[in-house]
Amino acid sequence: MSRNGSAKVKKNSAGAAVFLRVVKNPMAIVGIVLVLLLCLGAILAPLLSNYSPSKVDMPSAFMSPSLKHLAGTDDLGRDIFTRLLYGSKYSIMLGVASVLAALIIGVILGSVSGYFGGQVDNIIMRILDVIQSMPSMLFAIIISAVLGAGFIQTIIALGVATVPGMARMMRANILSVREMEYIEAARSIKCSNVRIIMKHVIPNAMSPMIVTTASHISANILMATGLSYIGLGVQPPTPEWGAMLTAGRNYITTAPYMVLFPGLFICLFTLGFNLFGDALRDALDPTLKH
Amino acid sequence: MGALLEVQHLKKYFNSPKGKVHAVDDVSFVIEQGKTMGVVGESGCGKSTLGRTIIHLQDSTDGKIIFDGKDVTNLDKKALNTLRDDMQIIFQDPYSSLNPRMTIRQTIQEPLKLSGKFEGDKLEEETERLMKLVGIEERLALSYPRELDGGRRQRVGIARALALHPKFIVCDEPVSALDVSIQAQVLNLLMDLQESEGLTYMFITHDMSVVKHISDNICVMYLGQLVETCESDELFENTLHPYSKTLLSAIPTIDIHAKKKRIPLKGEIVSPIDPKPGCRFAARCPYAIEGCHAPQQLEEVLPGHFVSCCRVREINHLE
Repeated sequence: MSRNGSAKVKKNSAGAAVFLRVVKNPMAIVGIVLVLLLCLGAILAPLLSNYSPSKVDMPSAFMSPSLKHLAGTDDLGRDIFTRLLYGSKYSIMLGVASVLAALIIGVILGSVSGYFGGQVDNIIMRILDVIQSMPSMLFAIIISAVLGAGFIQTIIALGVATVPGMARMMRANILSVREMEYIEAARSIKCSNVRIIMKHVIPNAMSPMIVTTASHISANILMATGLSYIGLGVQPPTPEWGAMLTAGRNYITTAPYMVLFPGLFICLFTLGFNLFGDALRDALDPTLKH
Repeated sequence: MGALLEVQHLKKYFNSPKGKVHAVDDVSFVIEQGKTMGVVGESGCGKSTLGRTIIHLQDSTDGKIIFDGKDVTNLDKKALNTLRDDMQIIFQDPYSSLNPRMTIRQTIQEPLKLSGKFEGDKLEEETERLMKLVGIEERLALSYPRELDGGRRQRVGIARALALHPKFIVCDEPVSALDVSIQAQVLNLLMDLQESEGLTYMFITHDMSVVKHISDNICVMYLGQLVETCESDELFENTLHPYSKTLLSAIPTIDIHAKKKRIPLKGEIVSPIDPKPGCRFAARCPYAIEGCHAPQQLEEVLPGHFVSCCRVREINHLE
């Protein structure tokens, strides 16, 4: 991208430049549109559908997809499309809440570890190593098994499983920023330690974290559906996508649409967040000359 | 004019798993008020460490730093903050010495705000004055460092260093990361500022032609030790230490007919980790004899010309 081109657009806003680069990437548009559509679906679900997500209506069970029931009805006669719309709320909340919680804890642990080094660093990192030595899905299963199944419990399980990656990444960023000359410059103009950390180190260590956050959201949504698929996550009758997939499994030969549509939604949503995360990474990558 | 900065037997050792790294080992010199001391030597000879130790970005291991008549070697936090008003640094790499998330204006204003002396209109006035002083166009005030070229970034770094009205500035290879055409601009700016603001410089570089241009006096360093120091012109006319000779012979020339003999060096640089006593250049020196392995003294061989070499008179046919 030419110097003049980017200067013409908006001179003094780094955020605007990043936004522009994201928007210029067609795959990013696809990602953003997918995510936005699903978010809108979650918000506007009561307006978009006349059916209730949980009301049992036995006479209309196992109806194939039609104009009346876009994705058919399940074994209890509930409209699957309606349930998917309502369910996107849970998936989004699970993904976003667990990653945000992990981000906050990870940034704090990583910063402390990277700054003080020595014994503090050792203790924090070895504890996180223990968590990370297990596959995060397995770890989430263990936590859910201990805490019991439920919405909040799932967020905790996913959050704890995500913390080590976040903390490790933050620590690495801090270590590299700490060695930059502008930190020395800040010391020579009498910045206090607190000011150096808040103004010079953390802002420069955060941009890779934003990208990780975006890509972790899709991973955690997938993990959440996985947990409810094996019965440990959000419980029925909540219209959670993973739980719907499990319910449909028993009727896969007679009513394949019962697994097809929840699966499709999971795919599209994960794809959307992944594409968006990738585009964000490309746009924020400091090694690319813009 | 009197001495502004005096360094006496300054040492800076770093601990490493293999032993102590003698980055700066027993260096003494004096910088006079308003003058420029050039410090030259190859990469890794401790030039930058010397500069950073003098302005207290690192603690010294041993020795004394006397600034403006006061011993400033060991200071508490408060005294250090006062000292930092007087001593500043300009960094080598203008790409990593500016915070990429702060605008030019924010970067220049930070030291002003921290000093607590400037507020409101006064702050804006002072910022404008500094930008004008180093020649940054006002329209760039809201730009981020990545939008500027190397020369302009270095000007921002200079403005930041000047904000607190220092008396002494360590210039740590301030032009080596810049294009040659920009180098001249920045060097001229530094020299103009020296005149108008009455600054004293310690100018660290590995570029002999740059140091010739800007320095009044020169220190030649080799592996943490001072091997030769004298006035700038004297060094280029009358080089005495064998290492300085090879260093000067390596200056490239643009005259293709000039018959210049380069003095190639044999052997490897000795490790700076727990080095043996004696001349550290001895392992590569064509004149080395047994006596070179005894500790060397910096002695005044000619008036104002100090050399640390036991064979210096013999080699140069002096009395």
